[in-house]
Amino acid sequence: MRYVLKKTATMLATLLVVSLLLFVAFQLISGDPATRILGTGATPESLAVLRSELGLDRPLVTRYLSWLLSFAQGDPGVSYVYNQPVATLLATKIPVTLVLAALSFAFMCAMGIPTGIICAKYAGSPVDRIVMVANQVIMATPPFFSGILLSWVLGMGLHLFTPGGYVSYETSVPRFLGYLVVPCLAIALPRAAQLAKLLRGSILEEAGKNYVRTAYSRGNNTSGVLFGHVLKNAFLPALTFLGMSLGTMLAGSLVVERVFGIPGVSSILLASIGNRDYPVILAIVVLIAAVIVVVNLLVDILYKVLDPRIGEE
Amino acid sequence: MVSLRPRALLARVPNRGLFCAGAVITLLVIALVIVGMVWMPYEPTAMSADRLQGVSVAHPLGTDKMGRDILSRVMYGSRITLLVALGTMAIGAGLGILVGAVTGYYGGIVDEVVMRVTDGLFAFPSVLLALVFVSLFGSSTLNVMWALGIAFVPSFARVSRSEVIRCKHLDYVKNARLMGVRDVRVIFVHILPNMRGVLLSNLMIGFNNAVLSEAGLSFLGIGSQPPFASLGQMISEAQEVFFIVPSAVLGPGLVIVLMVLGFSLMGEGLRSEEGRMA
Repeated sequence: MRYVLKKTATMLATLLVVSLLLFVAFQLISGDPATRILGTGATPESLAVLRSELGLDRPLVTRYLSWLLSFAQGDPGVSYVYNQPVATLLATKIPVTLVLAALSFAFMCAMGIPTGIICAKYAGSPVDRIVMVANQVIMATPPFFSGILLSWVLGMGLHLFTPGGYVSYETSVPRFLGYLVVPCLAIALPRAAQLAKLLRGSILEEAGKNYVRTAYSRGNNTSGVLFGHVLKNAFLPALTFLGMSLGTMLAGSLVVERVFGIPGVSSILLASIGNRDYPVILAIVVLIAAVIVVVNLLVDILYKVLDPRIGEE
Repeated sequence: MVSLRPRALLARVPNRGLFCAGAVITLLVIALVIVGMVWMPYEPTAMSADRLQGVSVAHPLGTDKMGRDILSRVMYGSRITLLVALGTMAIGAGLGILVGAVTGYYGGIVDEVVMRVTDGLFAFPSVLLALVFVSLFGSSTLNVMWALGIAFVPSFARVSRSEVIRCKHLDYVKNARLMGVRDVRVIFVHILPNMRGVLLSNLMIGFNNAVLSEAGLSFLGIGSQPPFASLGQMISEAQEVFFIVPSAVLGPGLVIVLMVLGFSLMGEGLRSEEGRMA
């Protein structure tokens, strides 16, 4: 329990530091938002009025704290370009990106874990060798390229998929999820290959230890040793990898959304980078950072559950 | 004394087949880039009336929607991608080794803080970090290089830090310090050469990640600006004409895959054989 509390405190501290750094960086670099909104021809009086309306006449720390408070309440400010609350702009887009990333994560586990276990069990066999070489090729293929290839093979060749046929989750949830299958596959594939390789390696490393020999000598067969003894220990390195993967899945979603015309965060993030619309960029980045940090906390806790020795020095 | 003749070195590689396959692929990609520096079939930005042509003798990979020769553009684009990846590695490895070595050597509160920061950076995907960087400083090839380079600092810092911490209490290092060797020399001449092996594999992995990240960013239109496209951007532009000129997507895509595959096969060949289950 103390471990969980300590980790949660660390997580909150990390999140505060990250958001503070980003906030200050964007404030320092972005220049004066009032001039940006009113244009360079504005009178000093109107600029001063807008500045106090936006709260820009207050010290940086006060501004950060008030931004943080309203961010926590779901209101990360107003876009410079669209003149709308950032929350409204992102409301329909964030869920799409999160679902895409989460589903890709599930795909990654569903493909990577069994492949890794099977390859380790039959290590050195032709199947293992072929899969491991195929893995290298898959890891070398960026998701946007495999996305295009997959939509070609599955769409034009096998007619299983309609490229560009995105259906909003507001219209039909099953068809929305159905469209996301191929993009998720593209995002998940390279990471699943990495996971399989990692898990295979860590199972084989465990397999050389003394307790494994003992387990065999007590009459267990390979499957018994693998599933009953080795896997739990071998899974720990993979867990760290899984924690880091969600960030990769989110980044992958940003790229792959573009391939498949999925209206997630990607398009508005890129447009905002082009327009230097900092409130929008800040909100998206801090939100993604928050998701990543929270997932890493969960991974730390799960780690502790699987291996109670951790954090007890 | 270990022989340095290529044949003798190759004999020590655990999996020669994979290593050689990787080396051949890497040499092919490097040849493509080097030939492109001296000679390209056409100017990569020269437009012509021959739009969207398929594979032919005049245009081995066809032409894009502005009538530009795709092979020439692939040659030019792979040069950009390779340069960005190499620059990223130089920045990431250079800064990372320095930071890790200094904090590991002196320890204390600075070490603690720097390690927490790199831990935080480590969890953050490099593409996202680069997007933040680019939105602050603008979208140029150089900025992408810096952004990705900084994203790769943590992985190198960890390696060099752990090496320095491992070695700093060894007798030969203590000896050197007793003899009055300055700290800088102790770190860089006495300790860091030990990490060559780990550094090599880190560089290979890092290079591959850099190529993939750069490709992803340029697919999003960040980095090298048109008409001087890098590989990712070519794919992004060609996606809509994929069914007319598949080679416009396949050409640059395959070069990215080969660029990464070459190094990862070489790295795989260098790893020794692992155990078995039973």
